[in-house]
Amino acid sequence: MRLSSDEMVFWQSGFLKLNGTIVFTWALMLVLALGSMLVTRRLSTGLERSRWQSLLEIIVTSIEQQIEDVGLRQPETYIGFLGTLFLFVALASLCTVIPGYEPPTGSLSTTAALALCVFVAVPFFGIRQQGLGGYLKSYMEPTLVMLPFNIISELSRTLALAVRLFGNMMSGTMIIAILLTITPFIFPIAMSALGLLTGMVQAYIFSILAAVYIASATQARDPKPKPAATG
Amino acid sequence: MDSMTLIAMASIATAGLTIALGSIGPALGEGRAVATALSSLAQQPDSAATITRTLFVGLAMIESIAIYCFVVSMILIFANPFWNHVIAQAAGK
Repeated sequence: MRLSSDEMVFWQSGFLKLNGTIVFTWALMLVLALGSMLVTRRLSTGLERSRWQSLLEIIVTSIEQQIEDVGLRQPETYIGFLGTLFLFVALASLCTVIPGYEPPTGSLSTTAALALCVFVAVPFFGIRQQGLGGYLKSYMEPTLVMLPFNIISELSRTLALAVRLFGNMMSGTMIIAILLTITPFIFPIAMSALGLLTGMVQAYIFSILAAVYIASATQARDPKPKPAATG
Repeated sequence: MDSMTLIAMASIATAGLTIALGSIGPALGEGRAVATALSSLAQQPDSAATITRTLFVGLAMIESIAIYCFVVSMILIFANPFWNHVIAQAAGK
């Protein structure tokens, strides 16, 4: 039984190996980039809009709304990073309806790479927002005693991000594979429907957690909380 | 009993124990979280969006404990380092 799409080798020449994870990641990147290029080639601001433009507008505005709800003031600064994370993970799990496809997020290398992106992006946005000194000072936020714990939490939450996404995606694929050997008729379909839902929730959670981490790095300076949302 | 049998037995039994014991805690925790979220949704339906978002993020946090256990048991069964070591030694003999 294959544990991940890493072991699905398409082409190999010496050290270079083209496994399923890389191929499917490239395919997803191509679909996302080409798709949005084709849609944004002729945008209109009038009342007549193509249906694809409406789709992209819905996606972009709802991602912006979610980012703003988390507490990041200017969502257009962060949507390039957070929106890409969400779209990639969501499309990776949505494409599991295609036969022969395996989600590249079901491999620990992909999720570790995504989590490392978040790990780098948090200090990047933090330093850009409040300067190097201000960001470093946020590590000893309540007191100096908390310094090692803050550093540990920085590392452990990166590990948690990677393993959470990997575990969810891998378990979905594995449950379907196991069910195919026991009850190959109806149940795999039900489980793959559940897998689609889990994939969407995980994509949402991955990007929301990244947004929360960035928000905590950029706004450590002003401790006054936002007024509670009413309605 | 040679070491191969011992390692196989220990790995399989530990994999089962890991996922069995490790899913008890997250199950109880998720149940409590959902129950509390439902009662606060019933009290304040206006802030449904905030409660739901916080609930999802919290559930993901709790669930990741169970996912860790699952990953560990999968490693024990499918990618066991000790098992691979013994196989490599037997092949080298």
